[in-house]
Amino acid sequence: MADADEIADKITDEITDEITMRVARYRPDKDRDPGWQEYTVPQREEWTVLDGLNHVKNEVDTTLAYRWSCRMGICGSCGMNVDGEPKLTCATFLSDYAPGPVTVEPLANFPVIRDLVVDISDFMEKLPRVSPWIIRDEEQSVDDGEYLQTPEELDAYKQFSMCINCMLCYAACPVYGLEPEFIGPAAIALAERYDLDSRDHGARQRLDVLIEEEGVYGCTFVGECTRVCPKHVDPAAAIQRYKLKAAQESVKMFLLPRALRR
Amino acid sequence: MTGEAMERSATDTDLHYRRTPPVFWWTRKPSYFVFVMRELSSLFIAWLVLYLLLFVRAVGRGETAYADFLDWAASPWLVVLNVVAFAFVVLHTVTWFSLTPQAMVLQVGGRRVPPRAIIGAQYAALAVVSAFVLWLVTR
Repeated sequence: MADADEIADKITDEITDEITMRVARYRPDKDRDPGWQEYTVPQREEWTVLDGLNHVKNEVDTTLAYRWSCRMGICGSCGMNVDGEPKLTCATFLSDYAPGPVTVEPLANFPVIRDLVVDISDFMEKLPRVSPWIIRDEEQSVDDGEYLQTPEELDAYKQFSMCINCMLCYAACPVYGLEPEFIGPAAIALAERYDLDSRDHGARQRLDVLIEEEGVYGCTFVGECTRVCPKHVDPAAAIQRYKLKAAQESVKMFLLPRALRR
Repeated sequence: MTGEAMERSATDTDLHYRRTPPVFWWTRKPSYFVFVMRELSSLFIAWLVLYLLLFVRAVGRGETAYADFLDWAASPWLVVLNVVAFAFVVLHTVTWFSLTPQAMVLQVGGRRVPPRAIIGAQYAALAVVSAFVLWLVTR
């Protein structure tokens, strides 16, 4: 019995550690403008911001709306601005914000649908513009087997293939905030991912899209996309490398006769 | 109540809440601030280029023009401007040097040159050029 009491005491001790979450609320059916609501949640060592929100949703206020799925940094749906920084809330620990309060807002630069849920249709429209899939000059038939690749060829693009489309980079990018036409960091990083793939022949096609003003040249190299990327994709590097490529291409267009281009 | 709801949905079908960045968005994060200062530094670079050209022109015009230039260059407001400009040039150099490895991927012998080596090479080149200029001026 004494053991059980001890354990109970220990559990109570853990629970008495609390943190206040200051959560942005917006209910379009009720509110004209967003407001704030504070929730006090247990602060446990292993609890993430998402755990805090789930606690609120399950125990305190069922009306709170937010997106999440995998809880392990793979699905990319739980991105929010935590204390002003775009973060995957499943990988951001409440204890890092002790004693609080910790503010949770919807991802910056996107229109808000409700509470912490943003409208991602702009990103969904932009992504396919860069044809983020393998483009072949001549499609090989399935009977001929798979397209082979050496480990070195895989390494050339692997970093850029780690993107989970969480859009934290869009939330961190002031260019996207000020000029929403900018195609954005993740889309360009994915274009680079396929360009660098030895099986792909679509570089020319993607360049035609990215060489436009709202393509790579929109970027002023703030570098914040790279800093917030939870997968270490380094979109800023992809964009600058693309600019270099685009510039070389422009010089070639200018200097070489038509027959020698490509 | 129903009338009110109908009215709102008729006039305001888009219920998304849109946020626009405030004018002083760049003061909100140190990294944004450094970025804006880096962009601003290009104006000071332009000024120093102009200053150098004026200097060369004065030298070309002979001794009196050169003496006049030195007098002008010693005026307090110009000294302050040049000190500020120099600080911005240092910022410009340091920030762009540190960003170079992201834009430039060098392969040597099938291996990627580490970012530190690229940054180091730039500082080494800067030191060599500075030493040469110093030698040229003081010899």
